[in-house]
Amino acid sequence: MTLRVKALESLLVEKGLVDPAALDAIVDHYEHRVGPRNGARVVARAWVDPAYKARLLSDATAAIAELGYAGGQGAHMVVVENRPERHNLVVCTLCSCYPWPVLGLPPVWYKSSAYRSRAVIDPRGVIAAFGTDLPEDIEVRVWDSTAEIRYLVLPERPAGSERLDETALAALVTRDGMIGTARL
Amino acid sequence: MNGVHDMGGMQGLGAIIPEPVESSPFHDEWEARVHAMNVASPTRANIDAGRHQRELIPGPEYLAMTYYQKWFKGLSELLVLKGFATPEELASGQAAPGLKRGMPHLLAAMVEPSLMRQGSYVREIAAKPLFALGDLVRTLNLNPDGHTRLPRYARGRVGVIEATHGAHVFPDSHAHGLGEDPRYLYTVRFAARELWGPAANPRDSVSLDLWEPYLECG
Repeated sequence: MTLRVKALESLLVEKGLVDPAALDAIVDHYEHRVGPRNGARVVARAWVDPAYKARLLSDATAAIAELGYAGGQGAHMVVVENRPERHNLVVCTLCSCYPWPVLGLPPVWYKSSAYRSRAVIDPRGVIAAFGTDLPEDIEVRVWDSTAEIRYLVLPERPAGSERLDETALAALVTRDGMIGTARL
Repeated sequence: MNGVHDMGGMQGLGAIIPEPVESSPFHDEWEARVHAMNVASPTRANIDAGRHQRELIPGPEYLAMTYYQKWFKGLSELLVLKGFATPEELASGQAAPGLKRGMPHLLAAMVEPSLMRQGSYVREIAAKPLFALGDLVRTLNLNPDGHTRLPRYARGRVGVIEATHGAHVFPDSHAHGLGEDPRYLYTVRFAARELWGPAANPRDSVSLDLWEPYLECG
């Protein structure tokens, strides 16, 4: 693939269709500016600030933008809240839609046929594959991202974290917890 | 189209292999370049056409390809389809002689503002929405040979309107160059038992974002 991709890039540059320095800047953005640490800051803020949490659950796009996160694949954000009796799981069965501004680019498994096919029909089996056996009496809500709405799971604040500050709380938040394949 | 990309509910597609958060989301330098070329390409303006182009990859090939292999193939084919390159140029990697140089659609200095720009797929339309929060709706049994965002597993099923989102660009039209054709978009929640039968957990559900032309009164 390396040679074929180089050939396409040199053709597009020669035709004046892409600026190679722009490609470098795009790669830099997706390697360094976005990633699950962004989403973790959103979650930690919601845990410590009830007014922020209320804004996040009613207009996630605006609340996320308050922390400086915005852009492609995040135009219409919805945050879904885990509760003791309810767990949420996000998938895109038709392609691999994912909230780039808050989670970065998706991991390979999120884009795999195995995950895309199974998450809607066997969400409990998927969550078990990530190491959590959900009790039967916990409701599971799956969100299939079929439009330009992008979903982020707000995990429950872990027990015993009452004395941690926002930065320490953000360090507890995992990418998989915000997709819903894990429970914090 | 009823392609293999529409795989929700299929079984036997292999094991899920969890992976930790890596320092880079790209597993090879070429993946990073393919990602960047897709974002910078003049074809990026129509995300629905890009998605449909990847759906057109023949099923057996699609299932055997990695994500960025699909992005590479989809981009190459879309560049030809939209007249930005010829198959001969793609095969040789050389621009045809006598060419006029274009102007890149995205310059390096504009990358950060462009990637941070908060776009919107919402459009105002004159028509009134047919459905409201809490309404029961049934998805139509539609099998178009073009692009659609109504997966097979959710056709002909009854669900409840869980959220309304105003009118959004309609991919079934937009992917085919038929304009944005905005239609009302709803989040519809289906009981897992409605989709998968009595073996499903009675508490569970699957929610999908569905446009009005996919729906009728339940």
